[in-house]
Amino acid sequence: MKNLKLAWRNIWRNKRRTIITVMSVFFAVVLSVLMGSMQEGIYGSMIDNVVKTYTGHIQIQHVDYNDNQSINNVFEQRSGLLEEIESIDGVEVAVPRLKSFSLISNGNKTKGGALIGINPAKEEQLTELSQWVVKGDFLTQDDQGVLITKNIANHLEIGLGDTIILMSQGYHGTNAAGLYPVRGILAFPTQEMNNMGVYLHIDAAREFFYANNKLTEIALLVNDYENVPSVKEALIQKFDDQYNYLTWQELSPELVNFINSDKASAVIMLGILYLVIGFGILGTVLMMMAERRREMGVMVAVGMQKRRLSTIIWMETMLIAFIGVVAGFLFSWPLITYLSANPIPITGEYGAAYEQFGLEPVLFFKVVPQVFINQVLTVLAVTLVISLYPYYYIGRLKTIDAIRGN
Amino acid sequence: MAIIDIKNVKKIYNDNDVPVHAVNGVNLSFEKGEFAAIVGPSGSGKTTLLNLLGGLDNVTEGDIIVNGTNVNELKGSKLINFRLMNIGFVFQAYNLIPVLTARENVEFIMELQKRSSQERKSRSEALLKAVGLADRMNSRPSKLSGGQQQRVAVARALAPKPMFILADEPTANLDSASTENLLDIMERLNSEEQITFIFSTHDSRVVKKARRVITFEDGKVLSDETK
Repeated sequence: MKNLKLAWRNIWRNKRRTIITVMSVFFAVVLSVLMGSMQEGIYGSMIDNVVKTYTGHIQIQHVDYNDNQSINNVFEQRSGLLEEIESIDGVEVAVPRLKSFSLISNGNKTKGGALIGINPAKEEQLTELSQWVVKGDFLTQDDQGVLITKNIANHLEIGLGDTIILMSQGYHGTNAAGLYPVRGILAFPTQEMNNMGVYLHIDAAREFFYANNKLTEIALLVNDYENVPSVKEALIQKFDDQYNYLTWQELSPELVNFINSDKASAVIMLGILYLVIGFGILGTVLMMMAERRREMGVMVAVGMQKRRLSTIIWMETMLIAFIGVVAGFLFSWPLITYLSANPIPITGEYGAAYEQFGLEPVLFFKVVPQVFINQVLTVLAVTLVISLYPYYYIGRLKTIDAIRGN
Repeated sequence: MAIIDIKNVKKIYNDNDVPVHAVNGVNLSFEKGEFAAIVGPSGSGKTTLLNLLGGLDNVTEGDIIVNGTNVNELKGSKLINFRLMNIGFVFQAYNLIPVLTARENVEFIMELQKRSSQERKSRSEALLKAVGLADRMNSRPSKLSGGQQQRVAVARALAPKPMFILADEPTANLDSASTENLLDIMERLNSEEQITFIFSTHDSRVVKKARRVITFEDGKVLSDETK
């Protein structure tokens, strides 16, 4: 009778208890995988929101611009610069921008916001900005009009075809002011972005700021998140210290901090979950040991070495965990695959709360093999630690006391 | 020639700080093929002596020599291995492994001895046939009566071809028909296999069958009669 066969039969001696323990492991795996996949999905969506709605994976800026975001800290878009950048491996598109702060007025109403000069065709390749135009049209190549974000438009009570006044400080202290017709209204998925400001053609923005051929940034779309460090390295190699190169993490430190703190709190939640499951498994092991103490005594009495007996009990514990882990894995993989393709929209008050926090009101899930592997390994590790108890217990077992039932 | 020598063995329990002389200066020896019963009232020390003989408990004083080996000097895995190779046990409460069939319970001990699967199979079948359970080999203990379980326990005890079998009140939980049947089987196997049987018992039917009767009282041998 091989150890594994004996262990397998032993775990089914008390079917109900084994099933309850297996289910607790199963739910631990499913819950932790769900939680981890949702986190990854939401983080991915937040990063995508930031990267693909505005920042890009990397931005090239004037060396002082990040510390002092003034219209004076701009750099020249020399001939062939964008093409040179786009020739770097991994760079899909280089998007030029001229950005500063502006007052946006209509009649006696004024609101401060960003004024972002864009190349519509290039911008479309990075941010697909046109998809957020809910009224009117996207900017054309020679457009002199603006796109205005929803909340600012509402505040200023303006609609399509109305004219807004933009006022700001131009390049090297000049006064910048102009009248611009509203071409379209932008409605983004988050409130933060809906408060952003106006977009206009980069040539119009240069004219407005008196910043001929200048840029505040070039946003890059990289073919994969993984390639961001290598692209940054290539930029440094190519342009040395002419510019400042910032990754999306450096551009959005608050997002990185949020993700890190959220991950830390999730670790605590998972820790509590594993603790509960761990005690569940430990309870089962303790009951198994107590119920079979006499039987274990008899087995040692008739000639079974304690080490082998401990191994059988260890196998029983690991088998229970293994069944739960495999069942949890088989259930959660298709579930997460389905949810990643069909994210859950959050409606009502909760949805509004998400938007207020600048989050898209959708629960995203992402299939990340590492999440599955981590949860499976953690549950198995917890069980492995618990399953060492029988070695201690049986090692101290006094045969005669066990047989007598003392 | 004696296979078991018990020399001035004492076992003193110190429960509640009151010394209890469970076995008090016993000298006995057993020879190959004996069919001996240790009798006496409850608390006379017969089960304690069996536990000492089986290496399940330690003597306070004295020596138990089995085939030249002092059992008291064996510890841990060596002691377990000694029991495996030399001693068979039959317990009052049968104590079969519930997840194994009758055949597997018998084979289990031989597997511990690392005997070949062919030998395990043939010997377990032969022993179960000898105890009248040829048709219940694949039944688990829960599907067997008390008498049948105890017969499997006897087959299990004989399976490793031990030097002697210790049977602690083997008939205590059996009805008279089962007792008679079990005793006949053990007597026959004792003759066939020439394995020494040592019982502790209250049962007069066991005493009647035994060829040697040792009477215990207050941890001492009161009488030792061979029929």
